Amino acid sequence: MNHLIIAGKTYSSRLLVGTGKYKDFNETRAAIEASGAEIITVAIRRTNIGQNADEPNLLDVLPPSQYTLLPNTAGCYTVEDAVRTLRLARELLDGHSLVKLEVLGDPKTLYPNMVETIKAAEILIKEDFQVMVYTSDDPIIAKQLEEMGCVAVMPLASLIGSGMGILNPWNLQIIIDNAKIPVLVDAGVGTASDATIAMELGCDGVLMNTAIAAARNPVLMASAMRKAVEAGREAYLAGRMAKKLYSASPSSPTDGVIASTQTAPKKP
Amino acid sequence: MIQLTINGQPQQFEAPINVTQLIDHLSLHGKRFAIECNGEIIPRSRFSEQILAHGDQLEVVVAVGGG
Repeated sequence: MNHLIIAGKTYSSRLLVGTGKYKDFNETRAAIEASGAEIITVAIRRTNIGQNADEPNLLDVLPPSQYTLLPNTAGCYTVEDAVRTLRLARELLDGHSLVKLEVLGDPKTLYPNMVETIKAAEILIKEDFQVMVYTSDDPIIAKQLEEMGCVAVMPLASLIGSGMGILNPWNLQIIIDNAKIPVLVDAGVGTASDATIAMELGCDGVLMNTAIAAARNPVLMASAMRKAVEAGREAYLAGRMAKKLYSASPSSPTDGVIASTQTAPKKP
Repeated sequence: MIQLTINGQPQQFEAPINVTQLIDHLSLHGKRFAIECNGEIIPRSRFSEQILAHGDQLEVVVAVGGG
């Protein structure tokens, strides 16, 4: 009940985190440990030829034996670049096929290009990749991605790295209500309450990077996010009380209040 | 003399080399990386048999921090 299942694998944490923008690998490791995340995203980039041969490698700090690595296609604007990047990632990670697909449409907003994303997803699914897909918060597109065979849909809450929070909870709600695969909010979370709201809506998980890495104290924020995701999940499972607009309801007994010279006004 | 383009940079070699020799040349032994030649992945099992030819475009990638 309280576990996240993606592509048949069970995870106890519903918080997924990125590994970018940290000061150094020590901070990366400390923040990721504090977040409790089991799935962590990595980017695939050209190695520095002939420079820093002894430079430490991210995978030495975050070994694939300990974490489920989720290679992404950040920075890819075409189907070809995204597909090539993930083929390289699969080779790099010894045949690991769980990937995060994003095909961007615009460098200013980093908004996803859904036409190209769908084309790339089609190719990757045919090649037996398990595709977690970054998407706009369009419920029809999200359903289409599910029907194609993506293993999770990851709508944006707001623009990547913007920290603007959940701009359209109504669309997220429609996507969640329609989905039979996990729905994870990816991008836009700024602080702990944003993550909680996403989870209270019924999201299966939240993926974030900048909200933690760009906090004044990333390790403390990672811990806050862990609790925020857990709190939101529990509140969702508990089922919130109904809102009673303009109508208070006392929590304490109304009888037995000590004698007063004034009487409470009668209810109309 | 052959020329290979490695991560966008042209490099000259005296004679054709295989991928294992290229890895040695780039001091990548023991590191986690993946390599593609002209858009096609070269699996590790083929490193010693794949000979690189003049004009080949190579991409050598690693995992880095990202979100």
